[in-house]
Amino acid sequence: MCGIVGLFLKDPKLEPQLGAMLTDMLITMTDRGPDSAGIAIYGGGKDGLGKITIQSATPDKDFKNLDGDLHDAIGQPVTLLVKSTHAVLEVPLDQMGAARSALAHLRPGVKVMSAGDSIEIFKEVGLPKDVAARFEVSKMKGTHGIGHTRMATESAVTTMGAHPFSTGADQCLVHNGSLSNHNGLRRELIRLGKTFETQNDTEVAAAYVSRKLEEGQSLGEALESGLDDLDGFYTFVVGTKNGFGVVRDPIACKPAVMAETDQYVAFGSEYRALVNLPGIEDARVWEPEPATVYFWER
Amino acid sequence: MQSFDLGKEGLRALNSALHGLRGQTNMTDWEVINPKGSHAIAAGVDAPVDITVRGSTGYYCAGMNKQATIRIKGSAGPGVAENMMSGTVIIDGNASQYAGATGRGGLLVIKGNASSRCGVSMKGIDIVVHGNIGHMSAFMAQSGNLVVLGDAGEALGDSLYEARLFVRGSVKSLGADCIEKEMRPEHYAILEDLLKRGEADGKAKPEEFRRYGSARKLYNFNIDNAAAY
Repeated sequence: MCGIVGLFLKDPKLEPQLGAMLTDMLITMTDRGPDSAGIAIYGGGKDGLGKITIQSATPDKDFKNLDGDLHDAIGQPVTLLVKSTHAVLEVPLDQMGAARSALAHLRPGVKVMSAGDSIEIFKEVGLPKDVAARFEVSKMKGTHGIGHTRMATESAVTTMGAHPFSTGADQCLVHNGSLSNHNGLRRELIRLGKTFETQNDTEVAAAYVSRKLEEGQSLGEALESGLDDLDGFYTFVVGTKNGFGVVRDPIACKPAVMAETDQYVAFGSEYRALVNLPGIEDARVWEPEPATVYFWER
Repeated sequence: MQSFDLGKEGLRALNSALHGLRGQTNMTDWEVINPKGSHAIAAGVDAPVDITVRGSTGYYCAGMNKQATIRIKGSAGPGVAENMMSGTVIIDGNASQYAGATGRGGLLVIKGNASSRCGVSMKGIDIVVHGNIGHMSAFMAQSGNLVVLGDAGEALGDSLYEARLFVRGSVKSLGADCIEKEMRPEHYAILEDLLKRGEADGKAKPEEFRRYGSARKLYNFNIDNAAAY
């Protein structure tokens, strides 16, 4: 069992409250996933700058003077905003690759959670309320975001095993369920050049979607392909820079409820997660159909 | 009227108050406000009382119900009226998966749609769905009646025993050992009664339904049927 929450805002007036709304939804889903929690938030970015969210088990040591060290390495200014065990680096867009290479060299213990124009991912082991407080998620602004509470079933309870997983620029994926053919798929994706941080099944699904996007498929097409290639139980919620998608496996055991109003599209593993959203009483509330791809894009 | 604010008083207090109603009681009319999708609301009630839940419910609302009439003025989460023994459960909105699963008696009415596995392993319950039902509904259903005014999803009645399935709309596919059967006079009578009690008599007529039931070929293991198991 796991809990998923997601919000895709249509009304810009709600953007300052995105983090607060997602935090409330995430904490409501604590009893579906008390092991660890994570959030991907699309907060927009500054022109010409990209964002790399990083994580360290020893942030005091690893984040110390990291902006200066990266500046020296790439010859361009870098800003560093530390949030507990995570930090967001702002790097000129044309230096993202160089910055990541330099980072791997300068701070080998640092993990990259996400990279892109808009995305930031924060995830840790612990109760959702503690994870949300640690990263001050409730203060975050943005256009859309996805959260996950994890009850681990098939790989270790670690920071890197928490969701969301991001395997491509501005992409993320969260999962409720378990895949049965992820080991074979992982081997295929490794042959195609993908790298993996964990033994987790969900990371394979994320990398699979990233690979399909690299091959030129749209997100909707990538999720359709997944219905053929991914075996097991899943409700996936995925995010891209401009979009938000949902798909359930054909058996659809894993719960999913959606609500849509003029102001937002919301996802919850249970209706409980949605009850405090504005205007929920009059929202269109429905269960996504099995083996059907839903996608919203701005 | 006993009004109960679930947000203030909590689920345990509600269910223990309802479980305290045994046999005849003068507290026959209950209202639950602020359900907010909570789980197991009014599960295990065993008294001839009326309970109205004002809003949507989470998992297992009205589970194991005996005697009570429970109305949900919203939608219901997974497993509503699971293993109901008797009484009536009426949902104004939609029901999530496995509504009425393993139900042994009573009447479950869903005025919207029901999702997958509606009436799975039903054992005597009657279910009336005003809208559509999802895939794998009435899987291994043993007895009782499932009435669907709309359409049925894939694999209706897979591995069915003796439950009767009445569908007015289309059936995406029939499950293993489920076949269409003729409508006889007694079936029209069952439908007439259930449509009336299911608050659907103005919406559909018995002659508009088709009946599906078990071909009875999977009751005992037969090596010739191995591919169908």
